[in-house]
Amino acid sequence: MSTARFAAILLAKELRLEFRTRELLSATIVFALVIVVLFSFAFDPTAAESRRYGPGLLWISFLFAGSLMLNPSFARERLNDTMDALRMAPISPFAILSAKMFANFIFMSLVEVVLVPVFSVLYNVSLSGVVAQLILVLVLGTIGLTVTGTVFSAISSHARLRELLLPLLLLPILTPLLIAAVEATASLFVEQPELDRTWVALLAGFDIVFLTASWLLCDYLIEE
Amino acid sequence: MSSLGISFAGIEKRFGSFFALRGISLQIHSGEFVALLGPNGAGKTTLLRIAALLAAPTRGKVQYTNTEHPSQPLDPSETKRQLGMVGHSTSLYDELTATENLTLFAQLYGLDDVSVRVANALETCGLGSRAGSLVRTFSRGMRQRLAIARALLHAPRLLLLDEPAAGLDRQGLAWFSATLENLREDGCTVIMSTHARNESLELASRAIVLAAGTVQDDSGPQGDPRRLLAALRRTPE
Repeated sequence: MSTARFAAILLAKELRLEFRTRELLSATIVFALVIVVLFSFAFDPTAAESRRYGPGLLWISFLFAGSLMLNPSFARERLNDTMDALRMAPISPFAILSAKMFANFIFMSLVEVVLVPVFSVLYNVSLSGVVAQLILVLVLGTIGLTVTGTVFSAISSHARLRELLLPLLLLPILTPLLIAAVEATASLFVEQPELDRTWVALLAGFDIVFLTASWLLCDYLIEE
Repeated sequence: MSSLGISFAGIEKRFGSFFALRGISLQIHSGEFVALLGPNGAGKTTLLRIAALLAAPTRGKVQYTNTEHPSQPLDPSETKRQLGMVGHSTSLYDELTATENLTLFAQLYGLDDVSVRVANALETCGLGSRAGSLVRTFSRGMRQRLAIARALLHAPRLLLLDEPAAGLDRQGLAWFSATLENLREDGCTVIMSTHARNESLELASRAIVLAAGTVQDDSGPQGDPRRLLAALRRTPE
């Protein structure tokens, strides 16, 4: 059976576990909403300020929410040593890693589906006419965030202070992604929106580099 | 049916400056039932984890031999397919039902007739009536029975058991002993570690005593393990 088939089986397991408890999703959505609401109270931005600072606030909210959500991805496999049983199964380690990446991508996308409309209302930013381009930027940015985050979640899951270690490792690595995602989003929030393809290309490049690296290094990431 | 043997050559395992295993060399032939004895910290779990490909030795080599093709080296995927392990933890997902847990692992091992196999496994281990219950609602003994059923689902030819009787009640122990007896008759190689007395040890064809990461005593493949097992019986629990 192919790696894709095993990854699909493990993805179904990840989704079933999360949608049965909804622990991770509900906590992450509430956390992200709190950030966006607090920023809006703290700055009380005008429409022009929202267009200028909004993309940064939006992506910082995603990053913080992501670092909270990605941490348990591997850590909860330690609860009953379920990772041992997965590692003993005759499957590629990339099936385990990619299932977690895809699951995290779905969870993060759900957070964004809730957060973006709330952001649009609170910050008075109109998204009409740019929805398709914004979805493209969000998808590319979220792939980068979840691929990198899942890799670092695997690395930090063995550490004692893993809750602290993941953001420390992850946030600096995500700086190029943050800049590209903020700039691409900002190009959609101006009065005459036009998607900046340079930043979109950088986002796509970041995703390809980290996906390739995770595929090449998955044996080391999954081992003890 | 084929069976899997395993040999350890000069196995050393270090965690920082601590030596968990020091130069372990053993050959366990296919079909043997080995009781791995020793006190806490003797290195039993580490040796079993190395045998299960869950940990790499710092030094030394592990080799697996298949009785059907003794000269043919096994690739890692084929070796994994023939290994089964029950460790200290149950390796079960608390938020999945007993059926969902077994189905997941049956699918990962590429087994056919998954639903029939899973239903049979649950009936055999006495959990048929709780097939649809979440594992988090199970008692320790029920979880252990399910963990054993999971490890046996793909009919492994080398079974590694690390304190497998933990949490089992009298009924559970009787089922477990009967299961091990069937496996032994079937020619499956079994390595079972324990530091405590239990009935299933009577099935052992060989006993190996580990202490401080070294082999302290070995009854050998042709020897009589009763002397070593008797020593364990005399040890206060």
